Amino acid sequence: MASVGEATLKDSHVGKKKKPPARYWEELKEKEEKDENKVGEDEEKSEAAQQQEEGDEQETQKGKKRKQEEEQRDGNKSISGKSDPFPGPAPIPEGRVQKFKRKEKTKKPRRHHKKLKDVITRSEEVAEMAQKEAARFDLLLPEDAGFLEGDEDEDTCTISQEDIADAVDITSGTKYFNLKLSQFGPYRVDYSKTGRHLLLGGRRGHIACIDWQSKQLMCEINVMESVNDVKWLHSETMYAVAQKKWLYIYDSNGIELHCIRKFNDVLRMQFLPYHFLLATASSTSFLQYLDVSVGKEVAAICTKTGRLDVMCQNPHNAIIHLGHSNGTVTLWSPNQKEALVKMLCHQGGVRSVAVDKTGTYMVTSGMDKKLKVYDIRAFKPLKSYFLPAGASSLSLSQRGLLSAATGDIVQVYRDVWSSPVTKPYMAHRVPGTVWGLHFCPFEDVLGVGHGDGFTSMLVPGSGEPNFDGLDANPYRSAKQRQEWEVKALLDKIQPDLISLDPTELGHVDHATFQQKHQDRVQALGYDPLAKERFVPRFKKKGRSSTGNVERRKKQVAHEDQRDVIRKTVQEKAKMEKERSEREKKKAGLSSQRSALDRFKK
Amino acid sequence: MKVKVLSRNPDDYVRETKLDIQRVPRNYDPTLHPFEVGREYTRALNATKLERVFAKPFLASLDGHRDGVNCMAKHSKSLSTLLSGSCDGEVKVWNLSTHECVHTLQAHEGFVRGMVVRYCGTSFFTVGDDKTIKQWKMAAPAYGEEEEPLNTILGKTVFTGLDHHQKDGVFATCGQQVDIWDEQRTSPIRSFSWGVDSFSSVSFNPVETELLASCASDRSIVLYDMRESAPLKKVIMTMRSNTLCWNPMEAYYFTSANEDYNLYTYDMRYLNRPVIVHMDHVSAVLDVDYSPTGKEFVSASFDKTIRIFPKDGGHSREVYHTKRMQHVICVKWSADNKYILSGSDEMNIRLWKANAAEKLGVLTPREKVATNYSQKLKEKFQHHPQVRRIARHRHLPKNIFHQTKELRVMKEARRRKERNVRKHSRPGSVPVVSEKEKHVVTVVK
Repeated sequence: MASVGEATLKDSHVGKKKKPPARYWEELKEKEEKDENKVGEDEEKSEAAQQQEEGDEQETQKGKKRKQEEEQRDGNKSISGKSDPFPGPAPIPEGRVQKFKRKEKTKKPRRHHKKLKDVITRSEEVAEMAQKEAARFDLLLPEDAGFLEGDEDEDTCTISQEDIADAVDITSGTKYFNLKLSQFGPYRVDYSKTGRHLLLGGRRGHIACIDWQSKQLMCEINVMESVNDVKWLHSETMYAVAQKKWLYIYDSNGIELHCIRKFNDVLRMQFLPYHFLLATASSTSFLQYLDVSVGKEVAAICTKTGRLDVMCQNPHNAIIHLGHSNGTVTLWSPNQKEALVKMLCHQGGVRSVAVDKTGTYMVTSGMDKKLKVYDIRAFKPLKSYFLPAGASSLSLSQRGLLSAATGDIVQVYRDVWSSPVTKPYMAHRVPGTVWGLHFCPFEDVLGVGHGDGFTSMLVPGSGEPNFDGLDANPYRSAKQRQEWEVKALLDKIQPDLISLDPTELGHVDHATFQQKHQDRVQALGYDPLAKERFVPRFKKKGRSSTGNVERRKKQVAHEDQRDVIRKTVQEKAKMEKERSEREKKKAGLSSQRSALDRFKK
Repeated sequence: MKVKVLSRNPDDYVRETKLDIQRVPRNYDPTLHPFEVGREYTRALNATKLERVFAKPFLASLDGHRDGVNCMAKHSKSLSTLLSGSCDGEVKVWNLSTHECVHTLQAHEGFVRGMVVRYCGTSFFTVGDDKTIKQWKMAAPAYGEEEEPLNTILGKTVFTGLDHHQKDGVFATCGQQVDIWDEQRTSPIRSFSWGVDSFSSVSFNPVETELLASCASDRSIVLYDMRESAPLKKVIMTMRSNTLCWNPMEAYYFTSANEDYNLYTYDMRYLNRPVIVHMDHVSAVLDVDYSPTGKEFVSASFDKTIRIFPKDGGHSREVYHTKRMQHVICVKWSADNKYILSGSDEMNIRLWKANAAEKLGVLTPREKVATNYSQKLKEKFQHHPQVRRIARHRHLPKNIFHQTKELRVMKEARRRKERNVRKHSRPGSVPVVSEKEKHVVTVVK
């Protein structure tokens, strides 16, 4: 795998290090070794034979070097005597670890809250371990994503589907095919969540569901009415069809299960798989939500924006995006009668909207022939492209490829949000005008429904290579599907949890806590969480030990003595001073000469 | 042109034969698993609901006593053996796995006040209202043999409680004073009294084995060191404590069951205020016993319920009651941390699960994983209002429900009055006295 190469080995065991200056004991050791083990020499020889590619000049130094290296490796030897060339746990590339990062580290409270601190540290440790293990597991995933690269001076968009189908293996080659259904066209397309089943809905009433990989027809009916949209429900046993007047639900044998008269004139539908909600947009400007697990209408919102025929869902947070004829895109949740967000995206009407699976980017196309990319976390435009014909429908693949249909040409773009795109990645002309466009999950296939039937296109690099068996398993058996269905129904998320930020439920609700705390303080008359007032303890540390007591006593004794000494010293000083003064006086007196001094000797 | 298209070999993803288990390849990429938090929350909610559905704590009732069960003792070696003494002086030895009485003996005239199994598990001691201490063999007498005590000590006064040393042949009784007895002698080797005329229970510290504590009728809890001639210290509270139990893991903590409907956990070193006040009972608490893990304890009350408290929580996590259970006099937590035993006034011993929703018996590895997972989820989302409401809900008998409400109203009224007094007096003259400080009168050393 290419990814393994990313892991850089920090300490290569054959690294060339500077030789340390020779020591006197090394010489002794070398002699001993030569004498004692000749087996070691044999090994050295074999190694030397392998490494003869290196220059002959270093030959003399090599022996010494190798010995040193072996000495260094002695520390981590295994039982067999050979040292482990890759010590410690295998390194994980940083990018992989980042991929599984859920959130930043929590700031720990200061000083108090010892228990809370402990809980936080422990849970963070566990989370980090899980993150590392997941990253390590990620290296072992069996499949790699597809790709298409042209030769020099060859654009990938000039490579035809036939060439690709010829170049790849037979099973993949059969995934490029055309269904010529010119009678009831144009067709809407939908793939089931696992990507195994295809649903086609012709404008003039033809509905077919196909196991498209084995090309087995599951059912084919004509509802004798115009069909606006088709959608698989949670599994491949049921699908919804928006017909001329009402919404119908059929099973995979083509038997009508329900006719839902509450949902009329539906133009577009979206199914929210984790909420079991079918969202419909009608020509009477109603956005309605149907809970398909209990069959109840959850919400009916009158958007008051006219005919709704542009719709998509954000798979990251289950918000419905609607495009309108005045150039705005509005975001809806079933909990609110008003739009969560209104964005003016185009100058003409909006023709198509698509959101990527991480919920970061939204791609829109409008009557002004522009294709725009928005960051819908910040609601900011990122890129704007001009398509000469304008894109009538858009679809985003699991790995971020964008397909745009302009008339009867389907173009596939790569990296529309990261770097400015000048050329399409792939292009393909289909026999009729494109009406429905859908990437097949977990396959490198784009399904195109058009006026002349259906085309399945090969788009290398579009599908997620590794599926999760517990979420959407294309190879599941009927028993596994039933089991999954029960589990999924138990995990059904309630519609009132739909919001712009799906992780909101995991955050601490500071506002409510503060309000509650305030109420509590008011009820109690004091703040129970307030810090206790600091009362100093008059502890005399170490004051009572016998040694200290003795010393203190002695100190007191000394103090007394010192007092006496000080007094005596002071007295002495005083007396000294007096005496000196007296003598001075005397001297002064004696220095005065009297008249009789002349008679002295 | 270089091209690669995803092409999976179905053999890698489908089981080979029908005898194999299905292959489930995993990919933990977070982008493939949207709504993580929402789905986990839903699972946590479901797990909490299921826990309440499966909460059936009552296992069995052991009947056979002809008077109220006054005391019980756990066997120190055998998990399945329980001893119980009743108010008519009868002692029964039970086999808990078969729910049967193994043998019965008439130990005393009048109440059996206290009972304890010797650390070796071969004999046990009883004290009764007839002023005697008797030592009995654990094994039933052989055919034709008379049931006779190994030893009988005649005391001067009535004994009310008894506890045995952890590893020496020494035991302590309480009555008018606390006496320390050597098993070989008929007179106490030491007697403690501190101006008190009656003690209700005595208990050895399980770790510092020479320490013991007793509850006295002058509303105090007294601590002793067996090696010293005088008691160590005592704390006097506003109401009398009935019994106390040491925490077996952190043996400097003990919990006392008080007459004022509360339980108090004290730190032996700082008796001036309890570490935690455990409130929820609506009548006097009569007995308390710790789980062997030291994380929780169970209390029995005069209000006909048993409650389980976490050691560091102020309120109970569980309450057990039945229509027929009367005042619960004694309660024990089994040594395997799985069961709770309660003896009550109406002559029955009841066996409960310590974890109401736990599945008993051998669990398959998948069951274990599933329980652990749901346990973790419940813990993670325990503060969400929906989850908390369901997890906390307990059905209570009508009178207890109303009494709780009444107590709450009374407490609220008292607090309101205090607040008003504080509001209208000089700042600082009416200090806030915390719940912990309220119930301690003084500590004497």
